[in-house]
Amino acid sequence: MPSLGADMQEGTLIEWSVKPGDRVKRGDIIGVVRTEKADIEVEVYHDGVVDQLLAKAGETLPVGAVIAVIKEEGEAAAAAVPVREAIQPTPSVPVPIPTAVRLRVSPLARRVAQELGIDLAHVQGTGPQAEITKDDVERASEALKKAPIQKPAAPDFRKGMRRAIAAAMARSNREIPHYYLETKIDLQRVLKFLEAENQKRSVKDRLLSVVLLIKAVALSLHDVPELNAYWIDDQLQPKERVHIGFAISLRQGGLVVPAILDVDRKNLDELMQALRDLITRARSGRLRSSEITDATVTITNLGDLGVETVHGVIYPPQVALVGFGRIIESPWAENGMLGIRPVVTATLAGDHRATDGHRGAQFLTALNQHLQEPEKL
Amino acid sequence: MNEPEIRRAVTKALRKIAPEANLDQVGSDENLREALDIDSFDFLNLLIGLHEELQIEIPESDYTKLSTLGELVSYLAGRLK
Repeated sequence: MPSLGADMQEGTLIEWSVKPGDRVKRGDIIGVVRTEKADIEVEVYHDGVVDQLLAKAGETLPVGAVIAVIKEEGEAAAAAVPVREAIQPTPSVPVPIPTAVRLRVSPLARRVAQELGIDLAHVQGTGPQAEITKDDVERASEALKKAPIQKPAAPDFRKGMRRAIAAAMARSNREIPHYYLETKIDLQRVLKFLEAENQKRSVKDRLLSVVLLIKAVALSLHDVPELNAYWIDDQLQPKERVHIGFAISLRQGGLVVPAILDVDRKNLDELMQALRDLITRARSGRLRSSEITDATVTITNLGDLGVETVHGVIYPPQVALVGFGRIIESPWAENGMLGIRPVVTATLAGDHRATDGHRGAQFLTALNQHLQEPEKL
Repeated sequence: MNEPEIRRAVTKALRKIAPEANLDQVGSDENLREALDIDSFDFLNLLIGLHEELQIEIPESDYTKLSTLGELVSYLAGRLK
């Protein structure tokens, strides 16, 4: 059971999207797990072949429990049969350990069971001394196909989501000594560039201004890589890839912060597509595990509301959060001239254990510079 | 295309974005973004929905003319004449 968030204790398997024998490669979705906050599509982290699916739909298991066995190419079949109970957290009250019952299974039945993905523990044996035969396995497989698949009813995620946000934010304020910086950035060039770009595009291919802000943040993190990092065990662990967590508010309340992966390597169109895909899936409750767990920094954009400035709370173990307010027409003095410019207030919340204000200031300066050259974004 | 047809198309596009909202309660001169808690992403989706329903391209420069339901309907009526 993968950990899909710092405060996740357990998850419920909703369904498998693979079966034993299927070849999978890194990044493939193998099933859906329900957490307190949402249903998450679980991706696999290794190439290989699905050997066994141990968890059943509807089963709730603690983080760390083995839910499936995936063999690497060429690995012996029996090499890695894990014991689920071994991973359960030690209970404070001793509980009787169930005695393992050795099943009588014919070798052929065992092979067929593996092919069909049947758990032998649930098969009634009809052979001599209740041995499980090939026919028993096939009967069990047929029965399973006919039985309606029991999916747990869709729960109300709101309470769980509030709890998860509360836990993460309380931890952040308890552990992270935040410092805050802010600067006003002239977006005239960005908006002119955007206007020209969008004039060329059909409505369905148009870019939103936030896409340019996100890209500029990614490039600025190349300039100040200490902010694209985790703080774990009293140490700064810089991250090479730039996965930006983007705070998405949900219509029914609450928010999720899934990551847009490899922002620095995407062009603006790819980024817009990624953002569209992410927001749509976040709001319909189908995010992927890597999007939930891999963010290296977070952006919160409250620009659509009337808010000018946002001082964010860092999502641990990240060390920085960038905030954008609304783009506002403001008086702007430059080169001894006063004019009116579209201006956004950009803020940085930094973890003072990891970086100092000096570094943070360099980041906001870089951000401003990147936003003055929108054609390079 | 007459006004009730346009209204139906707008309602259909809005329902996809704000399925929980009671659209009958949104006044003709109420700010759509505020009344339905629509962000710029939702607004773009509204325009894409209208594009699919009515085959109309709304340029970005006209966005400011589309703050309320009433404005949106009369803008579309003008464009679809």
